[in-house]
Amino acid sequence: MSVRRLSPEQPASFAFSKENLKKAEWWMSRFPAGRQQSAVIPLLWLVQKQEGWVCEPAIRAVAEMLGMAQIRVYEVATFYTMFMLAPVGTHALIQVCGTTPCALRGAGELMALCEKKIGPRDHRSKDGKFYWQEVECLGACSNAPMAAINDYYHEDLTVEALDKLIDAFGAGKGPAPGSAIGRQASAPEGGPTTLSDKALFDGSAAKPLKKLPNTPVKGAAKAPAA
Amino acid sequence: MVGILEDKDRIFTNLYGLHDWGLEGAKQRGAWNGVNLMLKQTPEWICDQVKNSGLRGRGGAGFGAGLKWTFMPKQESERPHYLVVNADESEPGTCKDREILRSDPHLLIEGCLIASYAIRAHTCYIYIRGEYVHERERLEAAIAQAYAAKLIGKDNIFGWPFDLHVTHGGGAYICGDETALMESLEGKKGQPRLKPPFPAGAGIYGCPTTINNVETISTVGAILRRGADWFASFGRPNNTGTKLMAISGHVVRPCVVEEVMSIPLRQLLDDHCGGVRGGWGNLKAIIPGGSSTPMITAEMAESALMDFDSLKDMRSGLGTAAVIVMDKDADLVRAIARLSYFYKHESCGQCTPCREGTGWMWRVMERMVTGEAEMTEIDMLLDVASQVEGHTICGLGDAAAWPIQGLFRHFRHEVEDRITQYRVRRPHVMGATLVAAE
Repeated sequence: MSVRRLSPEQPASFAFSKENLKKAEWWMSRFPAGRQQSAVIPLLWLVQKQEGWVCEPAIRAVAEMLGMAQIRVYEVATFYTMFMLAPVGTHALIQVCGTTPCALRGAGELMALCEKKIGPRDHRSKDGKFYWQEVECLGACSNAPMAAINDYYHEDLTVEALDKLIDAFGAGKGPAPGSAIGRQASAPEGGPTTLSDKALFDGSAAKPLKKLPNTPVKGAAKAPAA
Repeated sequence: MVGILEDKDRIFTNLYGLHDWGLEGAKQRGAWNGVNLMLKQTPEWICDQVKNSGLRGRGGAGFGAGLKWTFMPKQESERPHYLVVNADESEPGTCKDREILRSDPHLLIEGCLIASYAIRAHTCYIYIRGEYVHERERLEAAIAQAYAAKLIGKDNIFGWPFDLHVTHGGGAYICGDETALMESLEGKKGQPRLKPPFPAGAGIYGCPTTINNVETISTVGAILRRGADWFASFGRPNNTGTKLMAISGHVVRPCVVEEVMSIPLRQLLDDHCGGVRGGWGNLKAIIPGGSSTPMITAEMAESALMDFDSLKDMRSGLGTAAVIVMDKDADLVRAIARLSYFYKHESCGQCTPCREGTGWMWRVMERMVTGEAEMTEIDMLLDVASQVEGHTICGLGDAAAWPIQGLFRHFRHEVEDRITQYRVRRPHVMGATLVAAE
């Protein structure tokens, strides 16, 4: 378990922006009547997208919207590690994956760079622009090592590549996510060695099927009424 | 040709996102073809076909997909049925569902409709891990396309009213467990539920629910289109079909690739990844199925087949077919200690053996890494691991114990060497190690 607490410094109030309020209502409409609690994670995520982090007044506001006890929303906010409970950097939130597949391919050096360039982990940098942390497996292991910067994945990183990325984010640019060495998704470096058969993509697979294999003789089976 | 599987037999034809992920592109590659015919058959026929294909769940446990579907009530009652797709891919090493979600989302949407019909559900939720922001945006766009084309929705062209929603998590590995996922979907902490009741009896909102992995659902369309026997023709009996395999770690070119089940592990690495870094002789150990499966040695990897039974015989498992390769430069003890940290971090805190045990095991593992542990602590660690294993509500306790057990099963001597080396030329007092004050 990871122990997580709310920041001691909290703003006085929180309100969703008009646009986010609409999104929140959309999320709540996704679930059956009376089950609006299901939208709590998406709503807290909207809070985080709006404010950069999840503050205590927002927890109260979400609880009210969803008809939940405040403690239940507090539980969710502290249980799920994606919710930042203290203000993060203004320019970039850098989450370096440190689990074994990335560690085997050099995540340690990436974190050493962050430490040198930004400062101690789980803290804002002195200029307030950055915040970095080590996170658990982000599920891009074939493109290790990688980091999520402001939610999007930057893969196949080297120390130099991350160094450049940090500089670019610090300058207010938003470098495109993806592989730092130009790989196509998770294809092997140098280009895919499979899926080269042209027949897969010429539309021959789209020719309407007349009959499915193994179907019973005509008329034997009928679908039940919806 | 590279590998065993031929291009014509691949299900995920846009695996690398080289082509259009949208509806038009997906249709061009065969998605949605024949779905009208499938929904004219009975749900039983679909379940039978999937059973005959031998499709086993692709999320790690390998339970028969068709069989799972038949556990659902045969009649709809006032409690609606639900299909939930588990897209909470967080097992270290696993990165296959991500490729489906971002490059071939329509295969998943099509599968959701077919599977929902087979279990008589009119609503499906896809629970995607919170970190997959890009993948979620892509999936939501694809679902919007399908709604616009009336392929899904209350009044879709197939005549089976069907709503498909995406929701997301908040970065908790435990939500990959099906009951924890249901808790999370209901807006609570992701703490697993006791079974029974099983999800097919009482799942989300207390209603009958089937939970399947993204890859399982995405293959269903292709199985029905091409026939159960086509799918069953790959791999060994009981281990049939094709499977996305994700290779990471110390290979020359890590990648995700679709291959036949039962492909020799060595061929998988040599053909698709350019082999182990520094040649096969440089291989030390392989974790064959994602972080929770015990490692196997280089000698075992020589003869291992990538399927459930072969790896089970080696006291490991196929899991999600996420191969983590470690060569001789890798510090195995550190690699496993890092996994122990992972499990400690991700334990939900509900069951005492796991909450306390994962932290304890991690702390001892860290001392094994440096070598400052006591020799007797090895047996103590294994004892604790075996007491965490099997004594928790969900599988996380087991998953935390297995990598440690795998390490000591094959490389105990290395840890012992390390402990011995650490003590050389250091003074000892009453069993405690003192660093010489110089």
